[in-house]
Amino acid sequence: MKIIANNDQNTLASGQKVIEIQNHVDPRTVDLVGVDRIDLHFPKFTDGRAYSQAFLLRRRLGFKGEIRATGDVLIDQLVQMQRSGFDSAVLRAGVDASAAQRQFERFSAFYQGDAVTPAPRFAREAA
Amino acid sequence: MYQYTDFDTRFVKLRAAQHRDQLERWQAGQLSDDEFRPLRLQNGWYVQRYAPMLRVAVPYGELSSAQVRVLATIARDYDRPDPALLAEAQAIQDRISPVPAPRLTAGYAHFTTRQNVQFNWIPLDRSADVMDLLASVHLHGIQTSGNCIRNITSDERAGIAVDEVADPRPFAEILRQWSTLHPEFAFLPRKFKIAITGATEDRAATAWHDVGLHLIRSDGEATHGVAAGELGFKVLVGGGMGRTPVIASTIREFLPWHQIMNYLEAVVRVYNRWGRRDNMYKARIKILVKAEGQRYIDEVEAEYRDILERDGAPHTISQAELDRVTASFVPPTLGQRAGVSAEQADRQLRQAIDADPLFSRWVARNVAPHQNPALRTVTLSFKRPGQAPGDATADQLDVAADLADRYSAGEVRVNHDQNLVLPWVAAADLHALYTAARAAAFASPNVHLLTDMIACPGGDYCALANARSIPVAAAITERYQDLDELDDLGEIDLHISGCINSCGHHHSGHIGILGVDKDGKEWYQVTLGGSDGSDLGGPALAGKVVGPSFSAAEVPDVIEAILNTYRNLRQNMDGRHETFITTLRRVRHEAFKAAANGARHAPLHSHAEA
Repeated sequence: MKIIANNDQNTLASGQKVIEIQNHVDPRTVDLVGVDRIDLHFPKFTDGRAYSQAFLLRRRLGFKGEIRATGDVLIDQLVQMQRSGFDSAVLRAGVDASAAQRQFERFSAFYQGDAVTPAPRFAREAA
Repeated sequence: MYQYTDFDTRFVKLRAAQHRDQLERWQAGQLSDDEFRPLRLQNGWYVQRYAPMLRVAVPYGELSSAQVRVLATIARDYDRPDPALLAEAQAIQDRISPVPAPRLTAGYAHFTTRQNVQFNWIPLDRSADVMDLLASVHLHGIQTSGNCIRNITSDERAGIAVDEVADPRPFAEILRQWSTLHPEFAFLPRKFKIAITGATEDRAATAWHDVGLHLIRSDGEATHGVAAGELGFKVLVGGGMGRTPVIASTIREFLPWHQIMNYLEAVVRVYNRWGRRDNMYKARIKILVKAEGQRYIDEVEAEYRDILERDGAPHTISQAELDRVTASFVPPTLGQRAGVSAEQADRQLRQAIDADPLFSRWVARNVAPHQNPALRTVTLSFKRPGQAPGDATADQLDVAADLADRYSAGEVRVNHDQNLVLPWVAAADLHALYTAARAAAFASPNVHLLTDMIACPGGDYCALANARSIPVAAAITERYQDLDELDDLGEIDLHISGCINSCGHHHSGHIGILGVDKDGKEWYQVTLGGSDGSDLGGPALAGKVVGPSFSAAEVPDVIEAILNTYRNLRQNMDGRHETFITTLRRVRHEAFKAAANGARHAPLHSHAEA
């Protein structure tokens, strides 16, 4: 997961095609051809619609480009963002990133499958 | 009981460590109050009227005696407010009360209607130590609050009920694991509660939940799509209480058991997309299901098909996994009572019943049959004068743990009525258990009677409450202490909530009492005719308000007037009185409403209508 400080976010590689999908839009209705990066927005960190959008993009639609979290992005949601299919996140202005890395190191595994590891733990154990 | 694996054990400990990390960052100013709040809530830490409240998750209500002892330790050592805080809180309570307010108490635990356990006075800076202590016996507060999938509740008699189709506990455990730290569903529009039953009678109020699951057997290919006798779920969605009481709708008549996680993923994903986020009073799934009806169901079914066909149905439960989890729930091996045959035990029990009228009354009320004919299900009543419904002190918890060890294979269950159930009691031990329970004041023979009421902590503790519940519960309890009178009134559900959030389930009470605030004063609405869905009250239903709200002093008289009306109007059926709810349904509400309104102390025009 690429964690981007707020003031670094406009480092757009030239020629990249970037789109933003609004929270109320079903990603399955969006033309993804040629898209390199999709930005999904968190208007408040307690508004969880973008998690489902990321899941659908990554898992259902097989989108291979970058999915970026923007808006009210805080340290304690980064792990679930990553599990839902995000691979970069722009931290909200003023958020101290120093506590971020240890959140990824805390849990070695989770019970249920997700966008990155589709099978639940019991199925992985059995395999 | 479920046997925690090394992974489960480590997981809960890591969660406790994560809470400590978050607490320390908040204390260091790295997390703002607003940022810390949803994090602590998802571990069960609220901040209430005077102090933090911790809600500990009790998956489907099952506790080991070791877990009960840790809860006792927490009550004894951590549920300890600073004396100045307690004095200040008491002074405020005294000011709002026209009569001397009840003493606020500390050092105890409270059983909730969703089978959880709450503490009211633990300082937040000790929360991380409490989480470590809980984790030492696999307990935690994961998802006991916040807009996520909450602790999954079940039938208090799961795995022992005589009317059981299949044991719901393995599925409750599988769903507990699935919902725990689910990455996609941690910030839903609103809280999300699942209840599951495997019995014919619904003792889990499933129709009042966001999702209610009923284990059933297929009627056959034609109706249910699989061979007759196959196990599956009937799926109900969109029930809830609050200011808009809604009974859940059946959206699936039959779902094969192994698909339950894939199906619920669709149910929750569609809700996460469409549930309202602009108004928290309209954010529960019940509003979405009500507004969209078939469109919601169609979208869930389409999403479910995609999960099966396009995602490859990753959360299909394998037979091996069901078997692994089910193996944790084999009935405990109980030591044979030396030299006592089943016939002898039965004969001794009958003799004890004949010899001791109080024991006989307790057996009739607090003891239920069991799948194993040599065993019984026993309810320890936490409804008695002098303590709030569902409250247990540290010492009482220790005694309950001892009783569980001695008489119930070390297991107790928190039930939906805020009592404790001992699920594995030998019939031969009933009298000894009764004697011990009586000494500990757990033996009120009042299960399902008027004084076995449900009540939330209300305005004595809760920041949301509009009015206090505990003094109302106490006043009614004190008025109805005559056991013959209670028996004569028969089975009746009295439910008391201190506000419209309905933690005391007033909507589902045969008699419901709801605290409301009017001009800064406490008033109470009374409702009649609700049902939680159990056999006693019939299909789940919300009660109807009898009229403008009453003052606290009027409430016990209103209840008495309603009960007197029942006694005057009830009929005998087969030599027994019909129940309160049967009379109410037969004669309709008018006579009861008139009696209730006639019990006002002051004419209505002098009251503010609330």
